[in-house]
Amino acid sequence: MNKKLQGLVLKNSDEIIRLWLRKVDQNHKKKLGQVAEVSDELFEGTNREFANVIFSMVENKGSTEELKTFSERLIQLGWPLSYLTDGMQVFRNVTVDYLLNQTEIVTKEDCIEVLHMVDDWIDPIIHHLVNEYSGNWENIVSLQKVALQELSAPLIPVVQGITIMPLIGTIDTERAKLIMENLLHGVTKHNAEVVLMDITGVPVVDTMVAHHIIQAAEAVRLIGATCILVGIRPEIAQTIVNLGINLERFPTKSSLKKGFEAALELTGRRIIDMDGSGDKIEELLETLSKE
Amino acid sequence: MNSQSCVNIEKEWDIVSARQLGRNLARKLGFGTVDQARIATAISELARNIYLYAGSGEIYFDIVEDHPKKGIRIRAIDQGQGIEDIGKVMKDGYSTSGGLGAGLPGVKRLMDEFHISSVPGAGTEVEVVKWLR
Repeated sequence: MNKKLQGLVLKNSDEIIRLWLRKVDQNHKKKLGQVAEVSDELFEGTNREFANVIFSMVENKGSTEELKTFSERLIQLGWPLSYLTDGMQVFRNVTVDYLLNQTEIVTKEDCIEVLHMVDDWIDPIIHHLVNEYSGNWENIVSLQKVALQELSAPLIPVVQGITIMPLIGTIDTERAKLIMENLLHGVTKHNAEVVLMDITGVPVVDTMVAHHIIQAAEAVRLIGATCILVGIRPEIAQTIVNLGINLERFPTKSSLKKGFEAALELTGRRIIDMDGSGDKIEELLETLSKE
Repeated sequence: MNSQSCVNIEKEWDIVSARQLGRNLARKLGFGTVDQARIATAISELARNIYLYAGSGEIYFDIVEDHPKKGIRIRAIDQGQGIEDIGKVMKDGYSTSGGLGAGLPGVKRLMDEFHISSVPGAGTEVEVVKWLR
């Protein structure tokens, strides 16, 4: 970096910061206000800190410690990346303008030098900030992927011989594989006779999803258990019929409750009321609703 | 209203965004839950065909008006290998990927209008319409 220009920038840092703050203030307050509640104090404080970080990058070239702590704090606060990149862009404009206007010190020959110098100064900072932010996002995405996988195909043993697999959300190829694995593994582990696969939370059942369900049910049948498909909503039932998908190979029920009753029946059990009063209350409610 | 939306299909999860966009459009137009499910399923099939066989392509959505009828039109366009024999793929149970082979004939049954054209080696275009009743 040209010593003359660097000296000039450092000597007039207060002036540049002042110009920058004025511009940033107009530009960003509105934008930022939509994303997070930001008090004037916090906004101004952060701007000043931002400016200090930028200038400390000129003074001790290469040291990114301060920049790192600063960007980490902003990520914590949830401020958008655009605040930083726009701010840096404004800073570039302000600095170039300011330097080029110092006509008695900066000669015409220095013009290109000025542009290069400011680029060399600003670009690594932007680069670093974008890296910090995208690294943070990648981290979140991979964490969520793990969390999603943990949620994606749970198998719940309810009573001896009966297990339930509730499925919620879109089923893609990867998840379909996981469902199959968990299902087969769970059936042998819990010694299940009946598995209830609940698709209440699956938004769309197309041929691929149906195909995977059929395959899973078939595999369950091969290891000697029965798979009952439950939670088929009316609109899903209609689309399955329209698609012409054949689900005759295994039993299906509209709700988990009905499926559970059927599963109990298959394992030679049924639900009874301890004192027999349940029926009466239901009858009473029925007559009441008829009135 | 002649706005057109487009979803690029490149990854498996693009199928989900295409489906959601189509479902939202259908809901806005006033389709009932059953037809919404039909439309979403049809989009899912078309998008999956693009993803599985062509690798990439686009799905376009727009609203068509044929007075007094109104409906949603979905066009799935790809530049994949095309289909040799359209008659064959429109038959139930035909699949080259070990699937159920119910996709395209199923889409035809789910929707009101169905047009398919394909040039082997150049790509496929499927256009479907569902009318609002």
